[in-house]
Amino acid sequence: MLKYNSIADLVKLADERKTSIAKIVIQAEAESSETSVAEVNAKMDTRLAIFRHSINEGLADKSLSASGMVGMDADKLTRHKPIFFGKYAYRAMRYALAVSEGNAKMHRIVACPTAGSCGIVPAVVFALGDENDISPELYREAMFSAAGIGNVIAENACVAGAVGGCQAECGAAAAMAAGAAVHIMGGSNTAISMALTLALKNVLGLVCDPVAQLVEVPCVKRNGFHAVHALVAAEMALAGIQSVIPPDEVIGAMFDIGKALPVTLRETSEGGLAVTATGKKIQKALQERQAHVE
Amino acid sequence: MGVFDIIGPVMIGPSSSHTAGAARIGLMARYILKDEPQEAKLTLYGSFAKTYIGHGTDKALIAGLLGYSAEDEVIRDAFTLAKKQHFKVSICPSTETPKHPNTARIFVTGKSGKQVEVLGVSLGGGKIAIREINHCPVDISGMSHTLLTMHEDKPGVVALVSSLLSERKINISSMRVFRKGKHQEAIMMIDTDSPVPEEVVEKIVSLNMINTVQVIKPL
Repeated sequence: MLKYNSIADLVKLADERKTSIAKIVIQAEAESSETSVAEVNAKMDTRLAIFRHSINEGLADKSLSASGMVGMDADKLTRHKPIFFGKYAYRAMRYALAVSEGNAKMHRIVACPTAGSCGIVPAVVFALGDENDISPELYREAMFSAAGIGNVIAENACVAGAVGGCQAECGAAAAMAAGAAVHIMGGSNTAISMALTLALKNVLGLVCDPVAQLVEVPCVKRNGFHAVHALVAAEMALAGIQSVIPPDEVIGAMFDIGKALPVTLRETSEGGLAVTATGKKIQKALQERQAHVE
Repeated sequence: MGVFDIIGPVMIGPSSSHTAGAARIGLMARYILKDEPQEAKLTLYGSFAKTYIGHGTDKALIAGLLGYSAEDEVIRDAFTLAKKQHFKVSICPSTETPKHPNTARIFVTGKSGKQVEVLGVSLGGGKIAIREINHCPVDISGMSHTLLTMHEDKPGVVALVSSLLSERKINISSMRVFRKGKHQEAIMMIDTDSPVPEEVVEKIVSLNMINTVQVIKPL
């Protein structure tokens, strides 16, 4: 059975068979789930349709979340004329905010790899897809590249903020998105591995300190940042820039750092932004509202 | 992990534990009640009690009780939906410290007058467990078909029930027995790979030492 346990495995298997990482991931998935490649592809197509729906719905919904903290920023980007950014990064940033705001407003989303980081991968893939009018097959392959990367991170480290902080959620998503972006642009398997490595390396240590225990502040804007961040890593990798520390060692370091983070900075809302004067004020107001609902 | 564990699950935001998990607890409560809900009291504990408005935990529980899945967009409009269906709900955030941080107690009355009290916990990533039914300890994940019997704590009950299942070639994937005390009321919880047919259920009910039998379908 085709199996991969590391990024090194993925690159080696794909290069040996003169194919892409995406194709290895599809084949391995079909074999492990005892279904056909066609069925695996069809299942991904349903996920892609939901991603597209989340982006459209997020862009269209101009309301605030129940807490009132987030919800109208993707629309600000739609109405703003970009000053610094090119078409790809600007669109990716806008899509990421739309999906992540939508998540906070109870839209239907695909966790990727988590709900808190759900905007990053679709933002990058659909921004590049929309700007270049890519084929349905390339959309699928981009997602399978991302899934393979996410799988290795989940198996060898973690993708939960409560275990590894935000580096394990938005960081993992950025690594997945960076690899997917390189695949879409026709980069090599090595370039994909370098893109994910560069992306993850740059967010090591990122903590999870959500205000009022909600997936809103800083999560939503952080999705926007990480979509762009993924493109920075992809651009470097496509230029041939290499990470000195290899991919699997960076993933290992991420896990070690995650475990070393104090528990106050791992999704407990007992540290960082959550306990700032404003963070505490917001939490107190929300809790008073909840106590008086009845 | 599979590709669709990483790119998935599909869910209504914002939180797999506080929204998707809550919807699944509500739906399990409905499966246990086996009736349209008429009235429910939802008591929330721990992080559920502190963050339910922002996470839509209350809406998700209600939508689940009304029969909707964790990926159904109607979760957002659960209160309107409940009103339309004359389903009366009260939400009670509790300050008590629960064993598990994300806990909900659902006391629900069905349209037929049937009542049940269910304690559910959300374990993260949308996974849940029902830990109590009418104050009896259970452990139901909603991942497989569950057969639940209330019986007298006497020797032989377990063997009788499992032989009735094996006669019909129903494979048991897990089995646990709880009891309130020695020779008091006991609960047997059997997870099976395939659904238990009605006639087998009737045979089990007809056994002397069995008080009630319940079949609970998976989520």
